[in-house]
Amino acid sequence: MSPEPAAAQRVREPVLEVRGITVRFGGVAALTDVSLAVSPGQVTGLIGPNGAGKTTLFNVISGLQRPDHGRVSIDGRDVTDLGPHRRARLGLARTFQRLELFGTLSASDNVRVGIESGNRRQRAAVLGALATDGQSAAVALLERVGVGAVANDPVGALPTGSARLVELARALSIDPRVLLLDEPCSGLDDNETGQLGTLLRDLATEGRAVVLVEHDMDVVLKVCDLVHVLDFGEVIASGTPAEIKAAPAVQAAYLGAELPDVVTPAAPSPATPGPAAPVDGATR
Amino acid sequence: MSEFLQYTVIGIVAGAVYAITATGLVVTYTTTGIFNFAQGAVGMVAAFAFWQLWQGWGWNPVLALALVLLVLMPLLAVLVEWGLMRRLHGASTERSLMVTLGLLLILVGVATALWNPQTQRIVYPFFEGDFVGILGVNVSYQQLLTVGAAVVIAVAVPYFLRVFRIGVAMRAVVDDPDLVALAGAKPYRVAQMGWMLGFFLAGLAGCLLAPTVASTGLNIDTLTILVVNGYAAAVVGRLRSLPWTFAGAMALGLAGAYSLAYLSEHVPQSLAAQIPEIVPVVFLFIALLVVPAVRLRAIGRLPTHAAPRVAGFRQSLLGGAVLVIAVALLSLVLGGSLMAAITSGLALGIVALSLVLLTGYGGQVSLCQMTFLGVGAFTMGKVANGGGSWWGLLAAVGVTGALGAFVALPALRLRGLYLALATLAFGEAAFYVLFQNPSYLGTGNSIAVGRLDIPGLRTVGDKGELIEIAVFFALCAIIVLAVRRHTFGRRLVAMNDSPAAFATLGMSATRTKVVVFALAAAMAGLGGVLYGGAQGGLNGSDVQLEFLSSLTLLLFVAIWGLRTTTGALLGGLSATLLPFAQTQLPSGLSGLTGLVAGVGIILLGRSPEGVLGFPGLSGRIRLPFADDPPPSVRPPAAAGSGSDVASSVEEGRIGVA
Repeated sequence: MSPEPAAAQRVREPVLEVRGITVRFGGVAALTDVSLAVSPGQVTGLIGPNGAGKTTLFNVISGLQRPDHGRVSIDGRDVTDLGPHRRARLGLARTFQRLELFGTLSASDNVRVGIESGNRRQRAAVLGALATDGQSAAVALLERVGVGAVANDPVGALPTGSARLVELARALSIDPRVLLLDEPCSGLDDNETGQLGTLLRDLATEGRAVVLVEHDMDVVLKVCDLVHVLDFGEVIASGTPAEIKAAPAVQAAYLGAELPDVVTPAAPSPATPGPAAPVDGATR
Repeated sequence: MSEFLQYTVIGIVAGAVYAITATGLVVTYTTTGIFNFAQGAVGMVAAFAFWQLWQGWGWNPVLALALVLLVLMPLLAVLVEWGLMRRLHGASTERSLMVTLGLLLILVGVATALWNPQTQRIVYPFFEGDFVGILGVNVSYQQLLTVGAAVVIAVAVPYFLRVFRIGVAMRAVVDDPDLVALAGAKPYRVAQMGWMLGFFLAGLAGCLLAPTVASTGLNIDTLTILVVNGYAAAVVGRLRSLPWTFAGAMALGLAGAYSLAYLSEHVPQSLAAQIPEIVPVVFLFIALLVVPAVRLRAIGRLPTHAAPRVAGFRQSLLGGAVLVIAVALLSLVLGGSLMAAITSGLALGIVALSLVLLTGYGGQVSLCQMTFLGVGAFTMGKVANGGGSWWGLLAAVGVTGALGAFVALPALRLRGLYLALATLAFGEAAFYVLFQNPSYLGTGNSIAVGRLDIPGLRTVGDKGELIEIAVFFALCAIIVLAVRRHTFGRRLVAMNDSPAAFATLGMSATRTKVVVFALAAAMAGLGGVLYGGAQGGLNGSDVQLEFLSSLTLLLFVAIWGLRTTTGALLGGLSATLLPFAQTQLPSGLSGLTGLVAGVGIILLGRSPEGVLGFPGLSGRIRLPFADDPPPSVRPPAAAGSGSDVASSVEEGRIGVA
């Protein structure tokens, strides 16, 4: 493998850190002593069988689930005791495995709610980068993720794939520095999945930290810089996609699951440009 | 000492009745996921049927009781489950709430029609009032029977649920009926069982209670509202735990008896008379305070239907103008009590608009909106001293707004059902403490409220008043629609649609909830000022101040369309025109309101957006009873490209949100 660029990235201060997270539901341990750090400019994969605790970990990070033990910090600031909306204001955004769209609003209004909810910095970043008013900024964000055509549709009518992309656009509406994506590819066709992969790399290039929970191993191996494997609520392996694929523990957890050939991660260029990435229709 | 024991016995007997009805509530809730607001009304129907068989037709009381409890109640339960509840699978808490509220109105309507409220009906104590002395206290066999029944229920119901493994299947049904169906059980059978058991217990409580209100005879409203006590006990059990429910019921019964015994002397005379009503409300409120705050959770449920289109500024302006002109033209030909009914209907329409904002957009159920109407009128009457000054109006709007913000406080922790119960408790407390209290309202328990001083209108009299209220309604509708189109409105809808996503985007529900409650309360207060002006005053015994009225108005708005301003208009008018129509009918045909409510909620089961959201009316023409596809999302293209007829219907429905 060719670790240099990735290693250079890895030394950057992590923007999100979880340490020793334990969550129990009754007698069942959903997460046991999970620790990981996520750096800006990287796509971090989180994989594992169903029920491994991936979504629970997202809930802990975003503040929807209180951990029994452990701390969560954003930019070195401990946020374990903060509510979800305070964390969002610190630059954390997420999508949901089971859709949580504002079902009676149009796609563009879904995104507009997000834009209008941001603090001054977030709003300035989104409006400044995209357009002048909320409505066109919302449409521009939808176009960026590839669903500009459905801007005026009620989201309840959208197919799952498009709805997921609307959720992604809504998450982007608060100009997140950490973006948690829970299975964004389910419901997408191959072509859309490929475009989403490109978009995720772009988002990382803008300096955001992208955390990806995904079952589609092709995408994970292609897009991620670093992958953590969860099994029964514990991190059983961490490493580059190549390392992960070779790890025996992973193969055991995925017994029978055939891992595709390693694809070299699309290494970010060493000189990652700052957050001011131009908005182009790259993914369209 | 013997006084203490005497009141203890009274408390335990009352607690036993509460325990029976609350057990029914919990069983139905845990098995079907639906909280039956009509539990008291079911008990009321049972009590009346029991009276009819025993005293009316001279049956043997044991046979009559058996027929009511073992035949009538289960049959009624099966009918209700089949006709109303089965459609509610997967429906929001708010919708199932509305349907049980509708059931309450139906039962009250049917009872009113069958048993003329003017007649006095007395159910004599069982065992001819014989009693036995225990520890120096005379305990009647009736009381022993009641406590014995409660004990048997407390032991038998959990046993029944466990031994027949119905409990397990029942719980599974709440979680996922489809999965239960796959596993071979028939989900509706289990739900039926839950309803039957719930109705049986409601009926038992009603029949045991019937002789205790013998002094005044059976009363439809009293029996229906007694269920508030059951709610309080069930909340102590968190709607799940039968032992805690039982304990809560006993605590409530004793608290009521002891307050009556020892508190009456220490509170003002005017309040002392209300103790039996106030204690359960306070108890309910405290029980709700210790309910754990609702946890934010991703639920992954998308609404299966589209919301009604929101009218733009021009369209709402035009709609308002059309309404005012139409009302002005109508006022030329109207007069008398019909015009009075329309006038107060429009004032109630403004309260209904506040519900569109609060419940329709924001998803916050309020069962105390009529309390704000009363407080608004009351404040106007006090500040303007019976006149119609604008200062009085401002004060009324300010006071109700502040009060609304206060009521929002429980809403910060509670949602859905619990919130509805909290607002209900608030409304009831206000009713007994404020409106039933002569020391506030003044002599005759009423206060004069003047009409607003608008130059020129005074000369036109009642017709001017009608037009003035129409103008205020139009303005409020335009405001509601404007709010919906702007940031706050989007935020409100978002908070309702997905609280989890709402929070993870950085928004705090606290501010949004407080603001919307205050705004809605202020609007209802404005409606109250106009209502009071139209009536010439506020009477403490005005039927609109009772909690059933808050509930009826909410239901009517929901039936027409809870997310439309037109729904508010029609809802407000329904609330006064139906009772008006009732007075025009031969007295045998009473219960009209209940009948209309009944048809309405059956419609509501089919079309969640109400009559105005019925497929044929909302931009796409379909056969009224075409079942396929289910009332679902309107395809985006169809909205604009529907047939010409459809779009002209849309255009013609000016002002529809």
